[in-house]
Amino acid sequence: MKAAPHGVLTGVHFINGDAACCEGAIAAGARFAAGYPITPSTEIVERYAARAPQVGGTFIQMEDELAASITLQGAVWAGARAFTVTSGPGFSLMMEHICYAAMTETPCVFVDVQRAGPSTGLPTLPAQGDMMQAKWGSHGDYPIIALCPNSPQECFDLTIQAFNLAEKYRNPVMFMMDECVGHMTEKVVIPEADEIDITPRRRSPDAQLFQPGEDLVPPMQHAGEGHGIHVTGLTHNERGYPDLTIASQDKLVRRLHDKIALAAEEIADWDEEDIEGADVAVISYGITSRVAQRAIVMAREKGLRVGRMRLITVWPFPERRVREIAQKVRTIVVPELNLGQIALEVERLAAGNARVISVTHAGGGVHRPEQILQAIEEGAR
Amino acid sequence: MAKGAVHITVDRCKGCAICVEFCPTHVLALSTAFNGKGYHPPHVVNAEKCSGCDLCGMYCPDFAIYGFKLGKQGVAQ
Amino acid sequence: MAAVANPVEQFLRSERIPHIWCPGCGIGTTVNAFARAVIDSGLDPLKVVVVSGIGCSGRVAGYVSFDSFHTTHGRAIPFATGLKLANPELTVVVYSGDGDLSAIGGNHLIHSARRNLDIKVICVNNLVYAMTGGQSAPTTPETANTSTSPYGSFEPDLNLPKLLDAAGASYVARWTTYHVKQMERAMLELLRKKGFGFLEVVSQCPTLYQRRNGMGDGLESVKFYKEHSKVKNDACLDDLAMDKIGEIICGRFVDRDRPEYGQTMREFYQNKLGAKYRAPEFQDGVLV
Repeated sequence: MKAAPHGVLTGVHFINGDAACCEGAIAAGARFAAGYPITPSTEIVERYAARAPQVGGTFIQMEDELAASITLQGAVWAGARAFTVTSGPGFSLMMEHICYAAMTETPCVFVDVQRAGPSTGLPTLPAQGDMMQAKWGSHGDYPIIALCPNSPQECFDLTIQAFNLAEKYRNPVMFMMDECVGHMTEKVVIPEADEIDITPRRRSPDAQLFQPGEDLVPPMQHAGEGHGIHVTGLTHNERGYPDLTIASQDKLVRRLHDKIALAAEEIADWDEEDIEGADVAVISYGITSRVAQRAIVMAREKGLRVGRMRLITVWPFPERRVREIAQKVRTIVVPELNLGQIALEVERLAAGNARVISVTHAGGGVHRPEQILQAIEEGAR
Repeated sequence: MAKGAVHITVDRCKGCAICVEFCPTHVLALSTAFNGKGYHPPHVVNAEKCSGCDLCGMYCPDFAIYGFKLGKQGVAQ
Repeated sequence: MAAVANPVEQFLRSERIPHIWCPGCGIGTTVNAFARAVIDSGLDPLKVVVVSGIGCSGRVAGYVSFDSFHTTHGRAIPFATGLKLANPELTVVVYSGDGDLSAIGGNHLIHSARRNLDIKVICVNNLVYAMTGGQSAPTTPETANTSTSPYGSFEPDLNLPKLLDAAGASYVARWTTYHVKQMERAMLELLRKKGFGFLEVVSQCPTLYQRRNGMGDGLESVKFYKEHSKVKNDACLDDLAMDKIGEIICGRFVDRDRPEYGQTMREFYQNKLGAKYRAPEFQDGVLV
């Protein structure tokens, strides 16, 4: 289906990534947000608080992030598309409800505008230190989808994609921004509503609430519709009732995992350039991809053959393509605003076929292009 | 003739005896028999005294007993 | 036998009974009163939603046939907040325990009462953390012995009615599992009251509280409540703290009308924004 026109601010805007993310959410049909103030993400809910009553939406500022991260899930089960927004310390507090959403297959979006940690760290300067937390932060094995924009335009476009993926797979989606992308102001083009594809909620009046279809994703029913639904974070059967056996645990946890694993190729999104014939590939994401671009230009000016891959989905990780790239190039350079998180994933997939150089940064700023250039030069040797 | 009667779902009972204690007309006593779970369920010892007040049904933590009113012909109302 | 049934039965997921609660536990007793109150209220049961947290009382959601949500520890109220705000037609009941609602979820309890959102909280207060083995809770009476206060508790306990009054709840009452008729009446009042309502039901945990404190089994506990409780609707809220063997003051302590959060919010925006305001609208069950 197409976006509802009343939620789409069609036109050419000069806005920052936080504002664009908010507009993406509204265009995607988000009619509920629960938040708790934390910089550098707050502008998203500040804008949503102003826009919500004009678009049939509801915003509530909760008493903490634990509350915000489950209030939105209550709204989803009443029939809303819903999201919450936070930054590092708040993201840590939300972890329990990320796996609750995964376990109960509650489609929703968590936006994390990353800032430098650990703990209060460097408020509110950029980092990309929550990438592994997005996948592993909660307890137990659960599937996750995470997207990573590198511009205000992508903050708009990919927020819509985040909601669409959440609905398609009945799964929580992490929207992993960073302070730079959130606060960067650029041109953002918002298309007409009828040019925006929206994935409708998967609904069925007949199927049981956790009875999967062929793609392992079950359809949803909402509270108040007369189905007597039951939703629990306990291990449950297809009716939703607690079923506390090893066999039931195995069946449920594997299905949750497999529904995303089966679709991993379809979900995985990236852009790439000049991989063929390159000696070195730079794999990056978010704001770091823009710094890396400068380093790549500098390297080419020096005559080096450098390709690049920019991750758009980080989870599930585009494993197949990274494996292939590792067989094509001599070295993969992975700059990121952390001490080497995604580099570990790349190293795992390179499996010795290519050397992996992690270009780390503790956060608070971005790399100097020269740091990345140096790694490219070293990798080309 | 009794004004009411009780219905006991023996297999749900956990033998707490709260219904026996708080029955205002002392209709019930714990049985010496065991149910499937090994508890002594209540049984009716003074059927004619039952008023059908359903206090037993309000107390029973296990949804195992309830009372109801009977009409003149002894049918449930 | 004639065509009558236990009034609670229509609201049970009967295939899940017997439940996990211990012999003599009071939680099932509160469910009896709740079922009868729902019948008395005339509410459409298909629009009644039960939300629980974690713990013994948190299992209520799994046994009642209303749309029901068993959420995370302490977070039933924020989950209920999302449900109620997204669909104001629902009657949202939070049914959980004292540890869940007043310790780990205490912040939400306070702020939901402050907002006066129209949700109905039934707090089964068994004075301990029962599911995990009888540890001290904020509601554990001073001097009581628990598995984490093996020499007796020395912490003062939390006076829930006073807290809820201070936070702004529209309705606050307390009864015990002895007071089944009053409990049913209070639940009916709770369901009918617009705004944030809070009912504390002092309930026995014979396995972990009463036994450890030499207070007997479930039956002895209900007899204890009969002998030690006193109905005092106009009680001074300062007097409502409970000690181990003293008086339990019961009654309806707060019943007042305050602007309800959801309605106030919608009217507020309508007045502020005029023609720019757009009311929430459902299409095929999804807010658009």
